Amino acid sequence: MKADAAPKIQAKDYKSDIKPVWCPGCGDYSVLSAITKALAEMGVAPENAAIVSGIGCSSRIPAYTTCYGFHGVHGRALPLAIGLKIARPDLTVLVAGGDGDGYSIGGNHFIHACRRNVDITYVVMDNQVYGMTKGQPSPTTEPEWVSALAPSGTGLRPFRPLGIALAAGANFIARGFSGDPKGTTKLLIEAIRHPGFSLVEILSPCVTYRPEQREWKKIVRPAPVEPTSDQGRAAKRLLTDDGFNTGILFRSDTAPYQPPVGKQSASLAAIEKEFAV
Amino acid sequence: MTGSTPVGPGHPDDHEDLVDRVVAAIASRDDLLEMAYVMESEAVERYVELADQMEVHNNTEVAELFAKLAEIERKHVDQLAGKLDLSKLDQFKDYRWIDPEAPETINFEDVHYLMTPHHALVLARHNEQRAEAFYRAVAERATSEDVRVLAQELADDEREHVVLIGKWLQQFPEPEEGWDEDPDPPHMPE
Repeated sequence: MKADAAPKIQAKDYKSDIKPVWCPGCGDYSVLSAITKALAEMGVAPENAAIVSGIGCSSRIPAYTTCYGFHGVHGRALPLAIGLKIARPDLTVLVAGGDGDGYSIGGNHFIHACRRNVDITYVVMDNQVYGMTKGQPSPTTEPEWVSALAPSGTGLRPFRPLGIALAAGANFIARGFSGDPKGTTKLLIEAIRHPGFSLVEILSPCVTYRPEQREWKKIVRPAPVEPTSDQGRAAKRLLTDDGFNTGILFRSDTAPYQPPVGKQSASLAAIEKEFAV
Repeated sequence: MTGSTPVGPGHPDDHEDLVDRVVAAIASRDDLLEMAYVMESEAVERYVELADQMEVHNNTEVAELFAKLAEIERKHVDQLAGKLDLSKLDQFKDYRWIDPEAPETINFEDVHYLMTPHHALVLARHNEQRAEAFYRAVAERATSEDVRVLAQELADDEREHVVLIGKWLQQFPEPEEGWDEDPDPPHMPE
């Protein structure tokens, strides 16, 4: 997929003139950089890529790129992106968002996006907190994390997105770390190239509301095992690891869902008529 | 937030390991030039990004400092570019460093929106020291005289930067604990 024609596209060609407003130290800067580098290395021109997002700090990414972008409704990025990919299978479609947007508000869409297995790549920047709204616990927050907004902790078991993605039918599951931009770039390239629904969960520290996450760099490590296509083996891995193993953790060859394009079963006028009141 | 944010270098400095992994990839003077060019270019790119971040957060003093550091590194990049055939450079080549990023690149998570020039200079000096140590180690292990001489020159350049930043640092004493306390942390609504 590498473009042969000169001049080569460079990562900077994917960055828009809008400067990110994330807090300095935020892992999302690194993810933005990794997305631009991945697309550049693959030679996907900005006009051939679309980035769809929901709401949250990380969901600002479309504005910071020169690709087509849609900054959508909270938790609804996935169905929007699936519709786009089905209508325009020629586009490289990425979805970007955070743990709150994707696993809570959009939790149901997440499950069914995995099940539908449309050829899109979902990049979740997981910081285990709602940063934009000032630090409420998110679905992936540890039960004992204490803050001004959760003075006794949540006491709730965290959501296990990778295990749930596996059970729901995702075709490619990986975990990255924003502190490893080159490793993240490689994961994104693999995920985009892999047919079907790819989930790339990226541990991306929120240094403002979870400053202790700066320590992640000391505990994140490459998964000690090779990627597997065996669901049983992957399930054991994903449900027993501590959440800090990085790399490709599951890769299946299930054919993606892609209905025929351009064959409408009914005219738009007929559909409109059905909804007339 | 309570206590001060651990802003600053947070990565190991095991240059022996670094050299063990990278020295094998440096077979010629051009190999080292190419590696140095990529290393310095990444440093410039990061300094520019960090300057932008600080500017957005109205930390103009540190923004200007990062911009100044970017300019200094850019001169180094330009010098190296003059000795290289850039058309042959593979922009996607994967260089191995001890850290996920190159020795002279500040990690994204090592900064804070309330950081002071003191913090920025400590980070910058640390990176220059890492770069110097890297080149010195390459020089010590080089089997080619060309590589050894160039590595020594590059190490001397980095030493100059270490000294320069050290002098600047004397103007900016370490702030007291609590410098990062903010009763109203950033809120960037849609």
